[in-house]
Amino acid sequence: MANTSWYTVGKPEQRIDAVEKSTGKVRYIGDYSAPGLMHAKLVKSTQAHAKIISVDTTEAWKMPGVRAIITGEMFPYHIGPILADRPPLAFEKVRYYGEPVAIIVADHEYQAKRATEKVKVEYEPLPIVNSAQQAFQKNAPLVHENAAQYTKIISDVYPKASTNIGSHIKIRKGDFDVAWANSEETITATYSFNLSDHVAMETRSTRVEINPAGKVIVHSCSQSPFTIKKVLNQFFNIDVGNILVHIPMVGGAFGGKGTVQLEPLAYLASKAVGGKLVKLEFDREEDMTTAPCRIGFDATVQLGVTKEGKLVAGKYTYLIDSGAYTDQAAGITRAAALDCTGPYNIPNVWCDSYCMYTNHPFATSFRGYGHPELTFAVERTMDQLAEKLQIDPLQFRIINGIKPGDTTPTQAVLTANNIGDLEKCINRAKELIKWDEGQCIKSGKNKVRTKGISTFWKTSTTATNAQAGAIIIFEADGSVNLNCAAIELGQGTKTILGQILAEKLGMDMNKIHVTMEVNTQYDPHQWRTVASSTTFLAGRAVVFAADHAIAQLKKTAAVVLQCSPDDLEVGGGRVYIKPDPTFGVDIKDIALGYTYPSGHSIEGQIVGIGKHIQRHLTPMDQQTGFGKPGPWWSVGVQAVEIELDTRDFTYSILTGVTVLDGGTIINPMTATQQMRGGMYMGLSYATSEKFVFDEHGIVKNSNLREYPMLRYGEQPTEYLVDFIESPAIDGPFGARGIGEYGVIGAPACLANSLSIATGMELNKLPLTPESIWQRKVEGTI
Amino acid sequence: MNRHNGTSKAFIHLHVNGETKEVGVRNADTLLSTLREKLGLTGAKRSCENGDCGACTVLVNGEPSHSCLSLAVEVVNLPITTIEGLLDSPVREAFVDKWAIQCGFCTPGFIVNCHALLTNHPDANEEIVEEWLQSNICRCTGYQEIKEVIHSLLGSNNHSIKKTHPGLSK
Amino acid sequence: MISFDFKYFKPSSVAETIEAYNGVHEQGEKALFISGGTEFITFARTNKIYTDAIIDSKGIPECNVLEMRDDNLVIGAAVSLNKITNSNLFPFLGATVKQIADHTSRNKITIGGNINSELIYKESILPLLLVDAKVKLAKGNDERAVLLNSVFNRKLNLSSGELLLQIIIDSSNIDLPYISLKRTKFSKVGYPVVSVAAILKDNRLRVAFSGVCGYPFRSDKIENIVNDSTIPVVNRIDQVMDNLPSSIVDDLQGSREYRAFVLKNVLLDVMEEMEMGE
Ligand SMILES: Cc1cc2nc3c(=O)[nH]c(=O)nc-3n(C[C@H](O)[C@H](O)[C@H](O)COP(=O)(O)OP(=O)(O)OC[C@H]3O[C@@H](n4cnc5c(N)ncnc54)[C@H](O)[C@@H]3O)c2cc1C
Ligand code: FES
Ligand code: FES
Repeated sequence: MANTSWYTVGKPEQRIDAVEKSTGKVRYIGDYSAPGLMHAKLVKSTQAHAKIISVDTTEAWKMPGVRAIITGEMFPYHIGPILADRPPLAFEKVRYYGEPVAIIVADHEYQAKRATEKVKVEYEPLPIVNSAQQAFQKNAPLVHENAAQYTKIISDVYPKASTNIGSHIKIRKGDFDVAWANSEETITATYSFNLSDHVAMETRSTRVEINPAGKVIVHSCSQSPFTIKKVLNQFFNIDVGNILVHIPMVGGAFGGKGTVQLEPLAYLASKAVGGKLVKLEFDREEDMTTAPCRIGFDATVQLGVTKEGKLVAGKYTYLIDSGAYTDQAAGITRAAALDCTGPYNIPNVWCDSYCMYTNHPFATSFRGYGHPELTFAVERTMDQLAEKLQIDPLQFRIINGIKPGDTTPTQAVLTANNIGDLEKCINRAKELIKWDEGQCIKSGKNKVRTKGISTFWKTSTTATNAQAGAIIIFEADGSVNLNCAAIELGQGTKTILGQILAEKLGMDMNKIHVTMEVNTQYDPHQWRTVASSTTFLAGRAVVFAADHAIAQLKKTAAVVLQCSPDDLEVGGGRVYIKPDPTFGVDIKDIALGYTYPSGHSIEGQIVGIGKHIQRHLTPMDQQTGFGKPGPWWSVGVQAVEIELDTRDFTYSILTGVTVLDGGTIINPMTATQQMRGGMYMGLSYATSEKFVFDEHGIVKNSNLREYPMLRYGEQPTEYLVDFIESPAIDGPFGARGIGEYGVIGAPACLANSLSIATGMELNKLPLTPESIWQRKVEGTI
Repeated sequence: MNRHNGTSKAFIHLHVNGETKEVGVRNADTLLSTLREKLGLTGAKRSCENGDCGACTVLVNGEPSHSCLSLAVEVVNLPITTIEGLLDSPVREAFVDKWAIQCGFCTPGFIVNCHALLTNHPDANEEIVEEWLQSNICRCTGYQEIKEVIHSLLGSNNHSIKKTHPGLSK
Repeated sequence: MISFDFKYFKPSSVAETIEAYNGVHEQGEKALFISGGTEFITFARTNKIYTDAIIDSKGIPECNVLEMRDDNLVIGAAVSLNKITNSNLFPFLGATVKQIADHTSRNKITIGGNINSELIYKESILPLLLVDAKVKLAKGNDERAVLLNSVFNRKLNLSSGELLLQIIIDSSNIDLPYISLKRTKFSKVGYPVVSVAAILKDNRLRVAFSGVCGYPFRSDKIENIVNDSTIPVVNRIDQVMDNLPSSIVDDLQGSREYRAFVLKNVLLDVMEEMEMGE
């Protein structure tokens, strides 16, 4: 539905990073080495919960090449993005297996590693909190003795003294109790799944040096360069202006590189060796356990409905396993609450969303920010309720689908502008998955093919002052440099921003040079590259920067062409008179100002600046949740068709459908990439992925041999992707966010299809043949 | 004795992308770390160092090999080709054309493996393709685009995928 | 990143190999043979193994043989799994080893390394147990060829300093009807939940297992049961389950009970495929 009058928006412009990436010449963070570079390695906890009795570094100091050893008591403070509850290096006690306990800096990496093996840590084991449910029980051992005393960095976090509750977010809309009592049909269902991991192919890594002038220079593969500055300022007392963060292209992130963990450690390491450049790189095992992972989730969903299938009451209890520290899990707890219902209009909503401390590796944001999890719980319940009501599950969703004029759980009012069109998405997905040909077909001996569907929604929960900026600088040849702090993680953001600029200037993409790397010293502030917010925030900044530059172009050209700026248009590398496009001036001739034959010059270089800050977002009320958490909600539908062997419960995924209303699609191919890749990620998670803990809270599968993911050939045989484009008036060219969405509905639609295929309610993830078999065994007992 | 190395370090010659390179290594250094840190060939990526992901794939003797699963001292005298030696491969171009690249971290390993696959099996069926490509993990794309890359080159009699490779030393 | 240092020897004959081994030993140090080296490298990186020296067997001509010699197929211990499959000299073995690890790894993993792996799977041994393969071993100045079954009990029992040189298979066993079935957790690439290999020789089914108990095995008792055509197949399978040599493994790939469920299904498939019905 691309507007045909657009020049490049809506067209599949080639990604600007693809050629370089294909040659292997892109320098990711770990591809840098230099003589004199020092290496840091971590000593990590071998226990999930224990008192640290002593850390003996005597033998480690004797190892060749060792230059510094840093232990927890050297920096006995807590840091964190939402609640400051995490010591960068454990002191007094350890709270998860793999937690950093000491840092060793040495000349060579192997020397540092060898020395870590010589550090003797004496532990006194403490009782383990091994699940969110256990954490929630009265008299459970405490992971944090004084959670309520920690400093709040962001207001919406409510740790509870003498419990394992790191935060508790409430939604109270309407009167749930009355509505529940009056419901003609009800359902209560519970769900649970374990923590898991991002497994970006590039592990986290950083380099830090402190130059003699006191400037701290950080290189990292982070999604949050300005948060690194904030953290180093807040907790290490370094002036913000003295911290410079550089981010090269990033080898996948999925939310896992949004948190700030390695950089403070590398800063401490560099400081300990007189400011020398120190590299700290996680190997895969550390990246899986020491670094933050994905939340675990326990949910109870209660829905009350009229006979006609109209939802009237919804109650949601979410226990989020945040592991040892709240990190972004506290934010996910909030995000899961404010979108708790899924994209349905329910007048009476009650939600308690708890962020639970356990002795698991700590969790942070993961693509979807809690929504794949809550969507699983909601959409499984919707299917079960539809069955009870004997209504077609699609029809049931259409009846209750949220629309302009309805309000969200936090009572934010929806308009045609800030919410996509769910019904259109459902109908399109229905066509693509061929729903009408049957939801369950016997396809051979012991074989059955079934279809499952899931709707989803998500707002972009940014800080209320989240913002982005862009600077565009014209070159003497009329081409343009675009600098902004949006980070290229693989999502194609730099291409999209380039396209937005090309559209505004009516210029070819090859005339737009987008700086791929980010440097906080010369890129304007950008909140973070998370929450599917970049196209919206940075995109708007680019639009403003382009307008700013266009005004300058017209001003200079107006002098040259002896007319009013209002008479002029910019496009095709020229500024020209509207009524007579042949009369104009090339941008290259005015890019650095215009010089008359006499040598006299005017105006100077065209430099456009633009910025955008979120409007009218508010925190949530502590008692009711009331507030406006995000600028818009993208909605969508996913569906799969699977084929199950009913004898041994092995199955394959035949078709995966994603239909998203993300407003205008700037680049249909990068958007399609995001949908397919997202769906893959959601399906891999749902079929295979979870951390396995033993009774001591130790992760048993922290490598890719034993942490299985879908490989080539195990993805759906085909992915069908389509977009409904209800424009968002305030988005750049009508775009909303899309980055996370492809992942959200995948686990739910898979479970729905498998539940039909097996005739059992499958409410746990992952759905391995073993877990389905297990369900069967339990069901027959 | 072919090689007798009574110490823990060695000076060796590696035949990489058609050039013979002298390099000092610890016997414990993997081919991956040697290529990356000693020879500046950072196209092979370090991701799992456990043979599970394929990000580090290079050709040894024309066969795809996880360079994290070889010691540098094991592969002296063998021709080695890295992504840097395959810049002319049509596979590389097809990865760009078919949108098979997102973050790009898995890309070099995939291209090297796909190149070897098409060299060895220009008419591979889906079973062979799957067998080979299961050695590489991509966390971004969902594999459909990579499948399209292979299908666009299969049976195309693409003469630019040569049986030889530039790994033999001068 | 392997943090410890070690010496590296790549001898080009058996004699040199023994010499290198003895040399290290005389210094009171530990020497380890490698062939593919994949297990050594991955274990060494995570400190699951330590050695002062490794002796790489890939330079020993005997270890690289892969050919028919008279009536025998001879496979050097350092031959990669892919070479075995691609040679098609022994399709049963080729099909079984093709299920191990992933294609790229199989260019490096060798049959000798897999048989001597510290892991419980060692899947390439299954066909060898079934065809009464012989192994050629070298130690000091002695070389001996013995029946694999006589030296394999849960693992290949080599004495210290003993090297597996070759595997020898009588050609009469090469074209027997076979089946090799591996089940994994979800992705095809992975350690086995259950891996079963079987051949039909002299109208008798021979069957070997990996991933079931804590070691690969073949059992007379089990073979007697599966071949007892007086009993319905399902009952035979139940009897097999009662006669496993030790309790079923319970690990990350699958619980004990699930493995039993999978094993029964796989056995059913094997019996059906090999027409072992009543
Ligand atoms: C990605 C991946 C996936 C895997 N999946 C599977 C799987 O599904 N099933 C399975 O069975 N295994 C699997 N493995 C494990 C694999 O079996 C071992 O890594 C492999 O068998 C080792 O072979 P290698 O030749 O590299 O051995 P090496 O590392 O060379 O040696 C392994 C052991 O054998 C000894 N050894 C080697 N050669 C000799 C010899 N000639 N004489 C005496 N001793 C010797 C060594 O001392 C060492 O203890 C997997 C491995 C990888 C890397
Ligand atoms: S880094 Fe070598 S296979 Fe993953
Ligand atoms: S493109 Fe990111 S892992 Fe493949």
